[in-house]
Amino acid sequence: MSQFDPDTDLPKGARPKEQITTDPSRPSERMQFRPLMIAVAPWVIASAALLMLPLVFTNNSALTIMNQMSITIVFALAYNMLLGQGGMLSFGHAVYAGVGGFACMHIMNMSDFFASFPLVILPLFGGLFGMGLAMIVGAFSTRSAGTVFAMISLGVGELIAACSVIIVAFFGGEGGVSGDRTYAQPFFGVEFLQQIEVYYLTAAWVVLSALLMYLWSRTPVGRMANAVRDNPERAEFLGYSSRWVRFYSFVASGFFAGVSGGLFAINYEILTEENLNTASSGVILLVTFLGGVGFFFGPIIGAVVFTLVQTVLSLQTELWAFYAGSLFLATVMFFPGGLAGLIMMHVPAFKMGRARLLIVPYLRTLLPAAIGILGLAALVEMMFHFRHAATGDNEMTLFWTTFDSHAILPWIIAGAITLIGLGIARATAPSLKDAWNSANTAPASQTVKGGAA
Amino acid sequence: MDLILVNLIDGLVTGLLLFMLSAGLTLIFSMMGVLNFAHASFYMLGAYFAYQISIALGFWMGLLIAPLIVGVLGAGVERYGLRRVHKYGHVPELIFTFGLALLIEELVQFIWGKNQMPYNVPDILNFTAFAISGAAIPAYKIFMIFVSVAIFIGLLFVLTKTRVGMIIQAALSYPRTVEALGHNVPLIFMGVFGVGTALAGVAGVIAGPVLGTFPGMAFVLGSIVFVTIVIGGLGSLWGALVASLLIGWITTFAKSYNIEMENILNGLGISTPENLDESIFRDLWSLTSPQIADILPYILMVLILIFRPAGLFGKRST
Amino acid sequence: MSTPALELKGLKKSFGKAEIIRGIDLSIGKAERHAVIGPNGAGKSTLFNLITARFAPTAGTVKLHGEDLTGLEPFQINRKGLSRSFQITNIFPAMTVFENVRCALLWSMGYRYSFWDMVNRKRDLTEGTEAVLEQINLSERSHLPAGTLSYAEQRALEIGITIAGGANVIMLDEPTAGMSHSETDYITDLILKVTEGKTLIMVEHDMGVVFGLADRISVLVYGEIIATGKPADVRADARVQEAYLGAALEAEH
Repeated sequence: MSQFDPDTDLPKGARPKEQITTDPSRPSERMQFRPLMIAVAPWVIASAALLMLPLVFTNNSALTIMNQMSITIVFALAYNMLLGQGGMLSFGHAVYAGVGGFACMHIMNMSDFFASFPLVILPLFGGLFGMGLAMIVGAFSTRSAGTVFAMISLGVGELIAACSVIIVAFFGGEGGVSGDRTYAQPFFGVEFLQQIEVYYLTAAWVVLSALLMYLWSRTPVGRMANAVRDNPERAEFLGYSSRWVRFYSFVASGFFAGVSGGLFAINYEILTEENLNTASSGVILLVTFLGGVGFFFGPIIGAVVFTLVQTVLSLQTELWAFYAGSLFLATVMFFPGGLAGLIMMHVPAFKMGRARLLIVPYLRTLLPAAIGILGLAALVEMMFHFRHAATGDNEMTLFWTTFDSHAILPWIIAGAITLIGLGIARATAPSLKDAWNSANTAPASQTVKGGAA
Repeated sequence: MDLILVNLIDGLVTGLLLFMLSAGLTLIFSMMGVLNFAHASFYMLGAYFAYQISIALGFWMGLLIAPLIVGVLGAGVERYGLRRVHKYGHVPELIFTFGLALLIEELVQFIWGKNQMPYNVPDILNFTAFAISGAAIPAYKIFMIFVSVAIFIGLLFVLTKTRVGMIIQAALSYPRTVEALGHNVPLIFMGVFGVGTALAGVAGVIAGPVLGTFPGMAFVLGSIVFVTIVIGGLGSLWGALVASLLIGWITTFAKSYNIEMENILNGLGISTPENLDESIFRDLWSLTSPQIADILPYILMVLILIFRPAGLFGKRST
Repeated sequence: MSTPALELKGLKKSFGKAEIIRGIDLSIGKAERHAVIGPNGAGKSTLFNLITARFAPTAGTVKLHGEDLTGLEPFQINRKGLSRSFQITNIFPAMTVFENVRCALLWSMGYRYSFWDMVNRKRDLTEGTEAVLEQINLSERSHLPAGTLSYAEQRALEIGITIAGGANVIMLDEPTAGMSHSETDYITDLILKVTEGKTLIMVEHDMGVVFGLADRISVLVYGEIIATGKPADVRADARVQEAYLGAALEAEH
């Protein structure tokens, strides 16, 4: 450094130098000519995993779950182009996926046209229709971000969802629109009768869409989306119209949402009002936020975790939406970075090779906490059974144990487990905090201090 | 002519009900910049609490107590939830209230189940106030109008004539200055949030018996309330009033007069296509106004946003 | 005489009944370094905001290289070659220093709304960014989030963002506000260096900076320019003396 060396120009200690030395979570390569190997590796690994998964999970229901996951991944990534990268909160994004899906269903039903191309390119049409709608809506909704944008997205979402029962020709009314994917031109002899064939089609589209969305975030308009999100006014004084930057993000997001709708159409061969309504829009917000909006891969984690939780939990309990809602609210309040944020928090400790310091403290705090939360869930379930089960039906089964929900003993046991579990977690929390701080502090010989905050 | 009068009264009832929600929402928004997505959920809680209280203590105690509980809950949400999220910015705040709306709906289902509650109009108000050429106007509607107007006048009085109201009005525009003058702005925020949600609670108490007390009631009304304040202009109390009444009347009239799109199009000189069933526009031709009454507010909102983005009475565009 | 770089004619701005800018005529030549000074509340920042279309003027026109800017959006004005900094540091704090500067280069390097170019595979962008970072001496900080820089470094970055796009009219709003002496000297040198051959218009309180940098000075008092001229002339102007001394005396009461 030439003229402005802080060590000479500023009084000593005026600026803590160690604060600036390294922030290990932001590898410098990210901006620069990154070695191609490192850039490509995650994609190759992900593709390989998607190829191999059906060999591990062979039955059809597992394939269905994985397809559901894939569709949600595409949709959540598309949604995060708005929320995470562009700072636009949409309460009606299901509309673009839904309209794309409906368009695909209608194409499926146009037998001559549908027979003229292979099924694999159908999601492209979904994308184009989603994009078309996004262009129309975006023309007036991207004028501002923040609350106004959120409200418009809600209003437009409600409007189109309500239209689905009125414009029967397109939305099929109550029954929706159904079709048959196998009427398309065979693709190298594949007619997509088998679930496994659909799986590979979906998987291919997931990788392609995710890759394109990732590359989008590296383009000028993708970078400016971040800039406009953080400081629209400054972006304007750099020659960019905030509104147009938002518009492009919105349209691209609409395209990929439409692709996910097309994938839905192929998988389920039916679309209904449910694909468009506010509840679906809410779910995708929940999925994306749970996964973490701050990192590109956040929504992928969110989609995988949410689909698993939904499938597994909804089989176990009627109250799964209640638990999902609680989890969501807890995430917003305590971990605004979502799951991806939680994972990335550990990167500094790993880089310094001190992550192992955390294992035992984690076990000591999180295990009792998990047991306590299970106890709490048991109490909730018992309360629900007590209140809503038919009269005389006092028996309930919880954690493979059958008992009488009107007897006092189970309540005492569940209550005790809850209190003890959460109590231990609370008692060990300070030592976890200490362990966290020491894991994120380099050994005393160096002055580097990690981002413990 | 008589039908118009009946519709005017019906629309007024709906409009004033909307206003009770949109007034609280507007107050909270202009003060804190937070659009409380869960606002209609507090309206729902008002109805459920009032139902529960009315079983034990009767309707009138419900009307008195339920809004108080809702207001305290609302203040608690502001104190322990929203204030925590506030530091992350507006978008997480909005997401928080959205999550809260979901959770409250689940919670209501958890406690009261999925079915509609038998929460009814109290016997003392269950009679016909008067009839206009055969159309009966129930006394309960008159009661609803009375309560809403009374609350509106009370609110206007508090905001313009009392010291607290003046502090609130000042805090709306200059929170920092008001804080510097020694007023406890976080406390004011909490209070405004509590009062706003309590107003929604009152609306729930009096609307529950006529519109139904069921877990979906928040979402049914909630999005209309947002549309209302967008049309009125975010942050404008007068805008909220005008938009509420406008929407109340538009939907009521659209439902009661069966205007068919076919007649309108024919009137415009477009003749009905011969084989209508095969036309892709068949849904357009067979549209009737009652069919689209519920989406008229949304259409109105989109039009407003295109031609007057700040809303009818909005000063700010953002 | 060639067209001035920036020309203001009868510029006025009122907020409600308060008239903040009451008719300003000013002409600033090409490659001139022009400073606007004046007591607090004289309307200096408002004047800046009027020129850059952050506010719409109540009356009057702004011409950039003879072209009327009335009705243009800030981003359109920026594309015509006018760039500004802000009184309160206005950068992208969550992005790295490198990305801050790169964003400022995108439009001028012709990338516009491209969604087919990969920014980190473009050698011209990377090199351009590095050149700007070199100029503002932040090369070694380039991969830190801009928000973690020291105040003086953030101000330097802001100047870097402002000049990166190659605008030929640069407007700086109090670039040395709140800085220590050594920092002020550093920023002054930096401004001299990066505005070489460009038109500079700056609002500044530090008279040392103003008299060291400016070719000409305008004194703005209560929304009017009471004097414009070479530093020595302005210093000798009786009305300027009165305005400043008057303000100083008023402040004492």
